Order: sequence, then C-alpha cells, then structure tokens
Amino acid sequence: MNTRQQSKLIYSWYGKPLGSDRKLRTSQYKGILITSESSKTETCIQLGDFILVEGVNADQPYVAQLMDLYEDGAQHKRAVVQWFCRLEEIPQNKRKLLKREISAQEVFFDQVLGYDTDIAAETVIKSIMVLPLHLGEELPIITLNKEQTFFVRQSWDGKCFKVLSPDTFSKLKEANKKRGVIMNSSKAFIPSDILTPVKKETESVVQSATKSKNGDMEIESKHSSSKSSLAKERHSRRVANNDIKTPTARKKLELKSPTRSKGRLLGSEVLGLLDDDCDAVAPLEPSATKRKVKFTNETLGSPPKIPCSNEKSKSTSETAEDPQRFSDTIRLSPYTKVKDFSEKDKKLHEDDDIVPLDGCQRLSSQGLVLTPRSRRMCAQKTSALIAEQISMLDGEDFLSGSDSSYSSSGEEEEDDDDDVPCTPEKKTKSSRIFSTPKSSRKSAVHTPAKTLKKTPLQGTPRTPRNATPEIPRRIQAAQEPASVLEEARLRLHVSAVPESLPCREEEFQDIYNFVESKLLDGTGGCMYISGVPGTGKTATVHEVVRCLQQAAENDELPPFQFVEINGMKLTDPHQAYVQILEFLTGQKVTATHAAVLLAKLFSTPGPKRKTTVLIVDELDLLWTRKQNVMYNLFDWPTQKHSKLIILAIANTMDLPERIMMNRVASRLGLTRMSFQPYTYKQLQQIISSRLKGVKAFEEDAVQLVSRKVAALSGDARRCLDICRRATEICEFARQKKSPEMVRMAHVTEAIDEMFSSPYVGAIRNASLHEQIFLKAILAEFRRAGVEEATVQQIYHHHIALCRMEGLQSPTVSEIMAICSRLGACRLLLVEASSEYLHMRVRLNLSQDDVMYALREE
Amino acid sequence: HRHLLELLRRTTVHGESNSALIIGPRGAGKTALLNNVLKDLREMKQVRENLLENPFLSGLLQTSDKVALKEITRQLQLENVVGDKVFGSFAENLAFLLEALRKGTRSSSCPILFVLDEFDLFVHHKNQTLLYNLFDISQSAQTPVTVIGLTCRQDILELLEKRVKSRFSHRQIYLMNSFDFKQYMKIFKKQLSLPAEFPDETFAHKWNNNVQHLSEDKAVQDVLQKLFHHTKDLRSLHLLLMLAVSAVTAQHPLLSAADLQEASRQHSTDAKANIVHGLSVLEICLIIAMKHLNEVYDGEPFNFQMVYNEFQKFIQRKAHSMYNFEKPVVMKAFEHLLQLELVQPLERPSARAQREFLLLRLLLDSRQIMDALQLYPNCPTDVKQWAASSLSWL
Repeated sequence: MNTRQQSKLIYSWYGKPLGSDRKLRTSQYKGILITSESSKTETCIQLGDFILVEGVNADQPYVAQLMDLYEDGAQHKRAVVQWFCRLEEIPQNKRKLLKREISAQEVFFDQVLGYDTDIAAETVIKSIMVLPLHLGEELPIITLNKEQTFFVRQSWDGKCFKVLSPDTFSKLKEANKKRGVIMNSSKAFIPSDILTPVKKETESVVQSATKSKNGDMEIESKHSSSKSSLAKERHSRRVANNDIKTPTARKKLELKSPTRSKGRLLGSEVLGLLDDDCDAVAPLEPSATKRKVKFTNETLGSPPKIPCSNEKSKSTSETAEDPQRFSDTIRLSPYTKVKDFSEKDKKLHEDDDIVPLDGCQRLSSQGLVLTPRSRRMCAQKTSALIAEQISMLDGEDFLSGSDSSYSSSGEEEEDDDDDVPCTPEKKTKSSRIFSTPKSSRKSAVHTPAKTLKKTPLQGTPRTPRNATPEIPRRIQAAQEPASVLEEARLRLHVSAVPESLPCREEEFQDIYNFVESKLLDGTGGCMYISGVPGTGKTATVHEVVRCLQQAAENDELPPFQFVEINGMKLTDPHQAYVQILEFLTGQKVTATHAAVLLAKLFSTPGPKRKTTVLIVDELDLLWTRKQNVMYNLFDWPTQKHSKLIILAIANTMDLPERIMMNRVASRLGLTRMSFQPYTYKQLQQIISSRLKGVKAFEEDAVQLVSRKVAALSGDARRCLDICRRATEICEFARQKKSPEMVRMAHVTEAIDEMFSSPYVGAIRNASLHEQIFLKAILAEFRRAGVEEATVQQIYHHHIALCRMEGLQSPTVSEIMAICSRLGACRLLLVEASSEYLHMRVRLNLSQDDVMYALREE
Repeated sequence: HRHLLELLRRTTVHGESNSALIIGPRGAGKTALLNNVLKDLREMKQVRENLLENPFLSGLLQTSDKVALKEITRQLQLENVVGDKVFGSFAENLAFLLEALRKGTRSSSCPILFVLDEFDLFVHHKNQTLLYNLFDISQSAQTPVTVIGLTCRQDILELLEKRVKSRFSHRQIYLMNSFDFKQYMKIFKKQLSLPAEFPDETFAHKWNNNVQHLSEDKAVQDVLQKLFHHTKDLRSLHLLLMLAVSAVTAQHPLLSAADLQEASRQHSTDAKANIVHGLSVLEICLIIAMKHLNEVYDGEPFNFQMVYNEFQKFIQRKAHSMYNFEKPVVMKAFEHLLQLELVQPLERPSARAQREFLLLRLLLDSRQIMDALQLYPNCPTDVKQWAASSLSWL
C-alpha cells in the first residue's frame, strides 16, 4: 500500500447527485471517482460495489460493501458501508467456533453492532470482488488475482458464526450482478484520458487489419450480426463517452468481444469445436485448451454467471447463424487467451519469465495462421509484454490502479463474468503500451523503485520468524502436592492467583469505574497508579481488566482491546511503540515507523476501531531525555478519536512532578490513585484467605509474620515468601516428629533467616588477621577522626596490634591480599588497587557493628 | 546443602518457581556446593526424567543483558537458534524469550534452572532488566524456573532495585569458612593423602604415613597456623601445598617439613621488597633520600629535584664510598625506579611540565625499605647509616 500512500489521490463524485436531503444538507451520489495524480488513472466505484477500506493495518485493509455515498454539510465526502470482517479481526478464542479451516481469502459478513458504518470516502482504496458461497460449497480455484477476490460463507455477529441468510445471500449476488453492468459504463472512462488517441487509433487499425485477414468475412458478418447485440449498445455508450475512438477501433472491439464471450461461455462446446475446426492452430492448441478448460471451469464456478446469460443466448444464436465465423473467431481467441493467460501467470509467479515467453512463442507459432505482418505484430507485442511484465512485478501497482494498464487489467479480472468489455480493453492496452513506449518505460522505471522499497520492508528474515517460542514439555507430570504443608506452600506462592483480591476492593472499584465509564462513553483517558512494590497494583489492574473482559463478553460493555506493556521488559523506551503496534495489528516494524503508524492510528478516526485499554507497567522506565515516549502515550488519549484508555503504573507517588516535564504531566491528568502499603491486618487477611481450608498455620504465627512485614515494608510478596519458607522449615523439622502445623518458632526462624544482617556473621568467620586488620582500621579511624584511611596508615596499626598479640607481623603483600578479600565481600570499600599503599579504605558498615562483632570472641 | 537440594527438587518435581542467592567469600565453595547438589539431583530418577535444563551464566562472560540473553537462548536450544548462534536484535530476543517462558505453565513445561555466577555483575546491567524478568517469571504462573545467584558480596541485596528486590524471594544461603584450626588440619591431611585407588599401594601407604607425621610436626603446624591466621580460604592452602609438593622428586620422594616452610616463605614474601633487592646502590640511595623526604614532609609528594638535592647533601657531607654521579645519570636511575613502579607520579606526565618537577609519591613503606636494606648484599656502611637516620650527617 506504500504506493498508494505516495501517490496523491483525488476523490470526486461520479455523476450528479441522486437526491439530496435539505434538512441534513446532504446530497447522495451513485458513485465516486478516484483519480490518482501521479499515474493519471481514474477508478470509479459505484454503490453496491465491494471495496477495500484503509484499516489499522496497512497490509490488511478492511473489506466492505458500499451502501451509500453522500456529501455532508461541511462538504466532507462520506460513505456508508456494510462491513465484512477478516479472520484476523475475530478474537482468537472465537475462531475455534468455526471448526474448519479458513483460507486467507474468506471474509465474514459482519453483523457486529457498534462499528461505525459511516466512514470518510477518502479511506476507500479500491473496489474488489466478494463472492457469496454456500457453506458446503468448495472454494473456487482462483488463478486470477488472489488479492482481489474474497468469499463470504458465514456471518459474524461478535459472538457466533451463522450461515448467510438467503436474504443477504441474494442481496450480495444482486450486488455482484449490478456491478457487472455498472462496471461496463465506468470502464469507458479509463482509456479516454490516458491514451494518445491518434496513436492508438492507428495501432488498432493495423491490428484490425491484420486480424481481418483471417476473419475478413467475419468482420462483415459481425457488423451485421452484432448490430442488435448488447455489446453494440454498450459500445455506442462508450462512444458517447469517448468520442475520439474511430470506427475501426469500434469495429475491432466488436469483432473481439463476442468471440471472447462465446469462447468463454460456451466452455466445453467450444473445446469440441476447437478440435474439429482449428487444424491450423493445432500445435498450440493443447496448451491453450488446457488453460481454457481451467478458465471455463472458473467462470462456471463463480456464481454471478447469470447476468451474462442473455448475452450467451445471443452469442449462441450467432454461432448458430454463422458457424464459419465462429471457427474463425476461435482461431483468434486462442491468441487473446494465450496472452491473457501469460499475463495472469506473470502475476502469479511474478519472476517466472518462462511463462510469458512461452506465451509469446505460442503467439508466434500461431502466426503461421496469421500473416507475416501480424507475426511481427506479435513480436512487437511480446516486447511490450515483457516491458509490462517488469512493471507487473509490483503486484501493488495493480491494486492501486496507479498505472492505467493495470487498473484496466485489474478490472478485466473483476469482469470475468461480464466478459464483453474485457477483450477490447486488453487490446487497446497492449497496443497502447506498444505505441507509447514512453509510458511503458516510465512505468518500468517507476516500479523497480517501488519493489526495492517494498522488499526491505518484508525483509529477509534473519531469524526464522516463524519459530515458535516454546519451552520443551516435561516428560513427567508435575507432582500434585501431597501433604497439607505442600498444599499450603503452593497456595502461598506469589504466582498462585487468588479468586479475589482481599483488601483492595476499594481500589478495584475505583479503577473499574474509571475504565467502565470511559468505555461506555467511547472516550479516552489516563489514570496513574502508584505504590511501593508488592502492594498489588498490577494484580488489581489485571483483575479489573479480567472483569471488564467478562462484562464485555456478556454484552454489558462494548468490546475493547487490551494491551499491556512493561517498562522493565523493554530494552529501550522506544520499543514500547513496537510492542503496542504488534499487539494491536500484528505488524512488526521498527520503533520509529511504529511511532508514526500509532500516531496515525490514534489521531485519525478509524471506522472499525474498538476502544483500547493500555496498561503501562513500570512507567518510570519509559523515561527518556526528551520524554517523547511518555508524551506520545499520554497525548493519544486526548485526541478526539483515539478511544484509548491508559492505566500507568509506577512506584513513586510523585513521579509526574518529579521526572516529567510539565507538558507531559498535564496530559497525564489528575486521575491518580495510590496503593498504600498493606497494614498487618490486611496482610493477615491475605494469608488467611489464601490458606482457606488448609490447616497449616497457627493463628499467632500468621500474625507475627504480618506484623513483622507490615512494620518493614508492607510488601505482600515478602510476607508470602516468609510463610513459604516457614513451611519448609516446619517440614524439615517434622521429619523427626509427627506432622504438625507451622508454629511461632518456625516463623521466627524464617524471619531471622531473611532479615539477619550477613555482616556480623561474615566478620566472625573471618580469619585472625582479617579481624586484626578491621581492628586496625577502627584504631586508625579513632586516631584520625576521619572515616577513611590509607592502607599505609592501617598497616602501621596492624603491626602494632600484631606485636601486642605476639603474632608474626604480615608483609605488605599479605596485607594487600587481606584488604582485597575484605573488599570483595564488601565489608570494606576500597579504591582501585593501582594506588597500592596509598589506597584509601572505608568501612561499609557502621563502626559499632564491627566492634560488636569483634568483641564477642 | 540440604536446603538447596530440597529447593531444587521441589522445582523439578512440583514445578514450583523459586529464587535464591548463595553468598559467601571467595573460596568458600559456592560453586562446589551447587555442582554437588546438581549431581545429587541428577541421580534422583524423578528429576532426571523431567530433563532439568540449566543455562549457566557468568557475570564475567555475559557482560551485558544482550549477551546474556543470547546465551540463554542458545543454551535452552530454543527454536530461533540457528547453528549455535542467535540472531536478531536485542528487543526481538527479549520478546521471544519472554514469550517462550510465558507460554509454559506449572504443570506442563520443563522446569528451568538459571545459574547466575558472579551475580553482582548482573546487578550492574542497565535497569537490571534481565534480573527483573527472571525474578518476575519466578513469581508468576509461567514456566517454572529457579534462579540461583552466586556472589561473594554481602551487600548484594542493597544493590537490587526495589522492584527487583521485591520480586526476589529473599532466600539467602550464606557460606562461611567457619571451621577452626583442628578442622583445618584435617582438611590439610585429607588433601595431601593419596587415595586408596592409587596404583602403587606400598608407596601410598608410606606417603600417607608421612603425611600423618607431618601433621603432628610442630614446624608444619606453625606454618599452617600462620596461613590459617592470614586466611581461611582453602585455595591458598592448596596453593601452599602445591608449592611444597612440587619440590618432591624421585630422589626426594617424601614431603618434609622444610619443604613446607620453604613454600610458606615463598608464599608470603613481599613483592615490592623483592624488587628492592635487585636495585643498584645509586637507586637504593635515591629511595633512601625519598624516605627521608617523606619523613620530613610527612608523606607530602616530592619531585626529582628535591630527591637530587637530598642525595647531593648526603654525597657532600658524608659519603666516602660513593662516587658523585652526574645529574643525568641520577635522572636515569630515577626513571628506572619510576618504571619499576616503586615511585608513582601523582598526575600523568604532560609535555609542558618538566620531568624534574613532576610530583611523585613513594610506594614503599619505610619499614619495607629498612627490611630490604638489611638483606641487601654489599651495602656500603655509610649508606646504611644514612638510611637509619636522616640527621646522621650532622
């Protein structure tokens, strides 16, 4: 879609307003004209057409049917659409309901309420095909452009899938039929402005001349017979629109069109005839017919075959009238077919040069039948084809319709069912390309640039991206807890999610109300949640989201998307963009690109957008010097159309004031909530609620733990860890005696283990000289009155102490070794050792602690 | 040991997530303990079947989270490993690993044991991202993991960021060298004795007898006592024994107390004092001059000119045996001392400052100098006298 974004598109109404509503000051139209400035293409989309609409994800535009077009009072072009949804848009858990494989081309008739069906007409990309199918029906094989055709089998109303009601089915079919007709008229526009008429004219004269050598008499008969035909009528209409065309061109068009329609519609009949009649074309026939079989199958398979039936009858009658002419046309038709197919092949395997060349060879071999001159024509055409093929490499050209030839060929495929205009279109196209080498060259130059641009985006994957991140399964099943204590331990693990969060009901309700109100309003907003670690911020927010999701499933709330990012789990603040975008659309892009896409996403009104609830955990880590990440995050909810609710979580209460710039803080708003550390009663409640039904702890023991933790930090995690450790100690002690509960003694032991200072023990277990060294440090500190000394000074004291103790005094090297050992344990803080004797030393703990530890002995 | 074993067993058998730190000074046997426990674990049938994977990371090797992450992915043999190498950006890798670990549940996926050697170095990584994520996984219902950190820093908990600390389970296992001298002797005997499976049985018997005698020898005990007083680190004992045992030859098949004493002497010599022994008389004189300067100015830095003046004073007043060297020669000797790092400049020498006036500091203690002078062969008496007192020339 890159090309689409690059080329400027002009949207204008097609035709006069059909009706207008005075009161609303709107006027309705029957079609819209999309003009691309860069490539001078016009595409007309009419009511009832199926269209692609710009979506969140550039690679996955929305599918919709155009229901209404109008211009509102403010002169904005609006469109009313009926949505179809792709499989990707259906939530993961619902996809299972389908119970069958879904091809990428299948869409669902969208009956979800709440999507905005009124969109800006500018978001329309182009028209496509949507074919209704019955549930049991096989997916027709599409050799044609795959991106252009979609299928509908079922409808989706947000909860379950239903088979299309006959009503909608027929409506869809109707739309397809109607479209066929409309297309023809719209088709006429396309060549008119682009072609250099004179050249084309002459070209087509040449063409028709060469062709007519084969089918001289056919042209004659055609003239007469097709006078009454539908094609003729259409043709005259076309002439009205495009009065530059000469009669020769017209003649040629007519000559071609019925033959093609016949060739296609008569299918097997034609094949039989071919075998009989076309001996001259024999060498080429097998391959051509093979292809044709495919083609006919296809046309038969696609339901909207019916609109052509009247044509069919006409052409059959024609055949009846003039068998001779028919055989002639057949002889011609393979030619067109071959060309047709070679083109298609090119589209399918874009770089497969052999196929088009094959086609060319066949063309020339067919030239046996044709005159030498026509053979040259063929050669010229093949060269044109090759030029075209290069430009075809970019499949998107085609979609965007930026190049006239592609738009026409694109439409040609859409027009499989209404046939008639196809062939002339193609003829003119090929001749055009040939006759205006400039344009083809331009397109050839044009496209490589595009393809180049496109490829790095797709990227040659350095890592196998499809690798599924997974840890190998364990062979043996995890053991279930056997004893009461094990059960208790399992429940006390922080990861064990309780059914409800005790002691956080108030906060829960506040957050819930906030998000709910925003969801109902369809607006955006921010909330800042702070609290020291282990006070249940993240758990509460997750609980809120869980409840909201449940409510949304029960239809009490509009559906919403839930995205979570954690500042700690990002390598760089800017990666936040990438993660959010990936959650929302599944795209993987670079950080800067993601930022642009997200900004676009949230600032422009999207048609089918759900509200997004974004949780930003560890917000303070998203801090950058320019604070642009935070700024953007908090700026989006203030945009009118963003529908973004942000719940930001961090530890510090005054984060907005402390580290954020004013403009960021002001966007964050004043909705704040702070989680207070748990009190001992709350901690007690938490433990007992987790242990409900398991008799493993004494009441007093629980109280002791909670009081101890509440006095220190109020961290629930710590509390649970202590309890868990206590069960372990209990279990360890129990092995000697009968089973028992966790008592005070066990808890005390666990607490001691966790909170004891390691230093005293480390000093007591140090070697004699290490202890003397510490004493020397204390002595030096006392002497100097400064809490810092060089090794040299301490060394003197050390030697003095050694003399007092009657020990051999150590050498300087040994002193250095002792010093570095103590430094490694961080009992001392030492400088870099290059200073040697002048290295400064400081104690890492208070002097009293050292005194206490040394005196004990 | 029991504690750790139990902890790991639960991780593997019950799929419980845990985190623990093993803290102890260098040479206390942290890694040995862990390896021992792992060996025991592998012998348990249940555990082996569960295929305990353990990525082993060392803070000295994995110097950044990025490298560590790649190493984890490589050791876990996840699917994005291509031929022993991991590609992709840091962010991608992190996302991938987290996704991988998130997918697991308590009961279904293989428990993983992360061992972080030199844990304190991981603390210095930016934002402590890796630690946060590992601890966070161990605290949430994802793939069961056990994170074990090995460190010698006692203050490790203060280095953890508060939210990382909150996620850490606060199990700390302190390892100390808490044995007394008797145990130390036992270790000494055990280390030195030959094992029963030694091929030459008679020699092994003789050797072991000798070791027994050695351990009762007073001189040996003194040597060991001295080492024990200096450090309880068993590695230094090994080093000492290694030095002693390397003296054993075919002619001298048994270890003697003298060997140990010799080794101990080697073990505890002062490196800088040894250098002084190899200096020329002029250089010694310069060092003595510096020592005097240090005494006069109480450790203030000096420059070459001051040292030269001091030296000149000595030469003029006192020296009979010394030849009066020219200034460039003295300068040369001075620079040699600088190269030996017996003298250290205060600031880096710059082009502007003259070398004579560069401020310097002596890296030797006066006691070291005196000790070295006692041992110095053929030292002129007047130099010795001068060294003893800076005022002796008066």
